[in-house]
Amino acid sequence: MNSAHDVYYVPAPSKWPVVGSTALFLLALGVINLLHVGRTQGLMLLIAGFAVLTYMLFGWFGTVISESEGGKYNAQVDASFRWAMGWFIFSEVMFFAAFFGALFYARQLSVPLLGDIDNTLLWPGFKPNWPSEGPYLTTPFHPMAAWGIPAINTLLLLSSGVTVTWAHWALKKNNRSQLIMGLAATIALGLLFLVLQISEYGEAAFSLSTGVYGATFFMLTGFHGFHVTLGTLMLIVILGRSAKGHFTPEHHFAFEAVSWYWHFVDVVWLGLFIFVYWL
Amino acid sequence: MEATQGHAHDDHHDHAPQGFGHYFTTTNHKDIGSLYLWFSMIMFFVGGFMALVIRAELFQPGIQIVNPDVFNQLTTIHALVMIFGAVMPGFVGFANWQIPLMVGASDMAFARMNNWSFWLMPPAAILLVGSFLVPGGAAGSGWTLYPPLSVQGGMSVDMTILAVHIMGASSIMGSINIITTILNMRAPGMTLMRMPMFVWTWLITAYLLIAVMPVLAGAVTMLLTDRHFGTHFFNAAGGGDPTMFMHIFWFFGHPEVYIMILPAFGIISHIIPTFARKPLFGYASMVYATASIALLSFIVWGHHMFTVGMPAAGNLFFMYATMLIAVPTGVKVFNWIATMWKGSMTFETPMLFAVGFVSLFTIGGFSGLVCAITPVDITIHNTYYVVAHFHYVLFSGAIYSIMGGAYFWLPKWTGHMYDEKLGKVHFWLTTIFFNLTFFPQHFLGLAGMPRRIPDYAPQFTEFNQISSIGAFGLGISQLLFLYVVIKCIRGGVKAPAKPWEGAEGLEWTVPSPAPYHTFETPPSFH
Repeated sequence: MNSAHDVYYVPAPSKWPVVGSTALFLLALGVINLLHVGRTQGLMLLIAGFAVLTYMLFGWFGTVISESEGGKYNAQVDASFRWAMGWFIFSEVMFFAAFFGALFYARQLSVPLLGDIDNTLLWPGFKPNWPSEGPYLTTPFHPMAAWGIPAINTLLLLSSGVTVTWAHWALKKNNRSQLIMGLAATIALGLLFLVLQISEYGEAAFSLSTGVYGATFFMLTGFHGFHVTLGTLMLIVILGRSAKGHFTPEHHFAFEAVSWYWHFVDVVWLGLFIFVYWL
Repeated sequence: MEATQGHAHDDHHDHAPQGFGHYFTTTNHKDIGSLYLWFSMIMFFVGGFMALVIRAELFQPGIQIVNPDVFNQLTTIHALVMIFGAVMPGFVGFANWQIPLMVGASDMAFARMNNWSFWLMPPAAILLVGSFLVPGGAAGSGWTLYPPLSVQGGMSVDMTILAVHIMGASSIMGSINIITTILNMRAPGMTLMRMPMFVWTWLITAYLLIAVMPVLAGAVTMLLTDRHFGTHFFNAAGGGDPTMFMHIFWFFGHPEVYIMILPAFGIISHIIPTFARKPLFGYASMVYATASIALLSFIVWGHHMFTVGMPAAGNLFFMYATMLIAVPTGVKVFNWIATMWKGSMTFETPMLFAVGFVSLFTIGGFSGLVCAITPVDITIHNTYYVVAHFHYVLFSGAIYSIMGGAYFWLPKWTGHMYDEKLGKVHFWLTTIFFNLTFFPQHFLGLAGMPRRIPDYAPQFTEFNQISSIGAFGLGISQLLFLYVVIKCIRGGVKAPAKPWEGAEGLEWTVPSPAPYHTFETPPSFH
């Protein structure tokens, strides 16, 4: 597209992969040390790991951005990015599928089975209603209601899907101020979502260890919140690049990849709202 | 199949960097393919060493060499090392070397990420194998990491979990790279239904990997939180269920089995036509059979759990769905045989391994059918019959194809012919000792010997001794493979661009050894 000669761009040797592996290795060692050896060693290794990871992310993405702006990516490279982002999002869908699977299994199989006639001797008097903390734990708890903060959060995320599309239309019409306004609004909605989610966690009358309900609730909403955080960071990078004048109406796959990702976390939230909060 | 050579100008700027240092930063698919293959070789010997300690302990009843804890650790890490360290990286090595050469691409679609996929493997291997050295020893829960054992284990279980996370990230990135390369970088004229079979099988394998590796990551993440952060996913006291882990694990685990065999089908589908000097019989049906096996693999996971107490309807469903897989697999086996039918056959080492594959893998397939029958499986579950079954599909399946494929493409990779006589000796030693090791285990299993136990009743002694002798022969024979590979790299008869008379495909249009850069401008494919 922008390249002088239409050859698929194969990058020169790069140190970033090994730097990234070092980061993940340090993080793994940090987790193990934190859990088994000592807090200080663990935290130091984790901090080192995050520092190296940040260095790698800035370096690697910085290289890719300058290659992109330098016109090294032709239409075929652009298509590669599209395939890759699509398959990456599919892998994320399957990651969430594991936790949704656990939720459905607990609701449809493990909790009802614990309360059925075969188990009355083992767990007398257990009522297998959802939400459940299981037959042995007895701390009273209140499940999260759907029509408070979660409903507001649904509206926020759905609106953010609209604003990011509005920004995309602006980019395609080369209307830079609308592009920046749309991105800023999306980021603001994402941040507001996160603030509300944190305050909801603060008010929760149960915890990660409140049986299988608490486990599935916090793992699903926690991983979703983590993905919203990542998506917001990605949007902030895109906003910064837009402000610096990056992207053209024809050539802006980074923007599209982030918006695909944003729509993906949006759809996951709808699943959460329906199956974790509402039904 | 004819191709105009797109590499005529390669020779004068083909500067392959020297020294080991460049492997840390390389973006070249051939370098990365070699890294994967050497990693696979090293892990094959590491895992093989563990297997030999297991077989030495089982040479006679009673406890002789290792205590039961260490025995459990050895069976666990042997499996994880062989699956995630030897077989999968071996096939990814083939994918890296061959896919760009076969589809006429200049490199993999994401050359830097490709190197990251590889360089995640050594840290994961250090975590996994290094866990033998930490207090309490390595994880002893079995490679399936079932709770509650895996919840109770020590820090080595956490090391194993994090190793699985890192290897999963590597697999997902590698698979995205492979799919993108195949879908977006084929030479003009190479339509999907004209792709080499190896490329097809890897396309489908990569799809399976992207679909199930994240599920495994989710499962081990839940283990981690059950271990340390108070969740009750797999604990009935909190409303969870250990069986839930098994369902999630095997939703990953069964497709994983096909991840380890579909690329093998691809390699065999290249070797047999070459040495039968006939095109592959039923190309389209091979493609559809591969896709059917992949899709069916998502609905058969329950056959690993017939004894956990699923409802009869569940057991029946998983039994019939599993047996259905015999249909596309049968299509493949008959296609390979039909390819050989009336072919002008010669039996160089790759062909020996391919014919060995078809014969022995089919035995493993049939014992798989036996295991699929629920009432039969209830008696042979967790016995040596199952051990015999999956070694017939993984050793004489996956490993035979890796070795056959290595002999097949070594001339292209190194520029030298390997030592044919030693290759044949390697094949026959491997085949004799393989059968000596694993065939008696069928009888042991049917007689009721449980697996993963370091001691056994005295009436099992003779068959176990035969098996152990076979195992040591099998292990030592593999040193010959290492020797043949090193000898081939260091020298030998100069290999022509197309060392096999009947070979077809773009990779044979470039010189041997393949230049450092190939197909920088796409070849045209008619």
